[in-house]
Amino acid sequence: MELIDQSCGINAFYEAFGLKTQPDQLVVALAGNPNTGKSTVFNALTGLKQHTGNWPGKTVLRAEGTFCHRNKKILLVDLPGTYSLLATSADEQVARDFICLGRPDAIVVVTDATCLERNLNLVLQVMEISPRVVVCINLMDEARRRKIKVDAAALSRELGVPCIPTTARDGIGLKDLKDAILDLAAGAVKTSPRLVTYEPDVEHAAAELATKIQAFLPQWVNHRWVALRLLEGDTSIIETLCDPLEEELKGVVLKKEAAAWER
Amino acid sequence: MSRTIVPLSQLPNGASGKVASLTAQGLIRRHLLDLGLVTGSWVEAIRRSPAGDPAAFNIRGAIIALRNEDANQILIQTD
Repeated sequence: MELIDQSCGINAFYEAFGLKTQPDQLVVALAGNPNTGKSTVFNALTGLKQHTGNWPGKTVLRAEGTFCHRNKKILLVDLPGTYSLLATSADEQVARDFICLGRPDAIVVVTDATCLERNLNLVLQVMEISPRVVVCINLMDEARRRKIKVDAAALSRELGVPCIPTTARDGIGLKDLKDAILDLAAGAVKTSPRLVTYEPDVEHAAAELATKIQAFLPQWVNHRWVALRLLEGDTSIIETLCDPLEEELKGVVLKKEAAAWER
Repeated sequence: MSRTIVPLSQLPNGASGKVASLTAQGLIRRHLLDLGLVTGSWVEAIRRSPAGDPAAFNIRGAIIALRNEDANQILIQTD
């Protein structure tokens, strides 16, 4: 009797989030600051197929939808708009947990071209968790109207991930965005995200902690990131970490009981 | 030219300055930093609600409303 099945862990996670995935489907998360046109990008990519739902136990709205590109099915998950992934609110925690535990095949961070600087904080934070990031520089029409020029190629070089200018409202740049998403999600393109380097003391402590975390949290995508949050004294991450562990412990106990009964 | 440091909550509408420091701690500090309020950021007071709290500020190109309670913990250098 097998009570814990590691291989179905990720599907169980998606189910807990109310997502139904098909085996040949790529999962792509859509993150971004509030008011960057995230939902416009979402609707432009998915057409009219989206429906909204609630995250379990939270009053935060979430949307999901599917689209096909180059014969590949993609499930797009619209995450709540946040300034940060450091989980100071329920929205941020939902976004963070999905990116960390959901291991999406790609993460699109939608940014506002008219105030790009303030959006890059989130971009850097997402890149710290996963290298599979596409930056969508949206509202390019608005930026042009305000005489703001955005050099997407230079930004791509600096960040080490693809940056695609779009005007989602008019459908401009969406094909490029889909291409970039698919290339990344299917593994055809590798990124080399520029990571924030901390003080040597912090880096050393994080590395030490990360190796210890790795042993009992194989499902987490990035142990260095978890180590940094723990060093920061983030208590919400401890709760998130303990949930699956408790389930696992429950499984182990049940298994032992079953074995004892058989004897 | 004289330089003065005032809490953001006391910046009159239309006036602007640079963030000198944050006195907030913990999650609020983290949140303010995430909003782009780091030392040296330019901030402008835009308008106030009828009761004076909250007030709206231009922070790095976005209009953000802050409660007085939080804006009190942001020190602004005006010159």
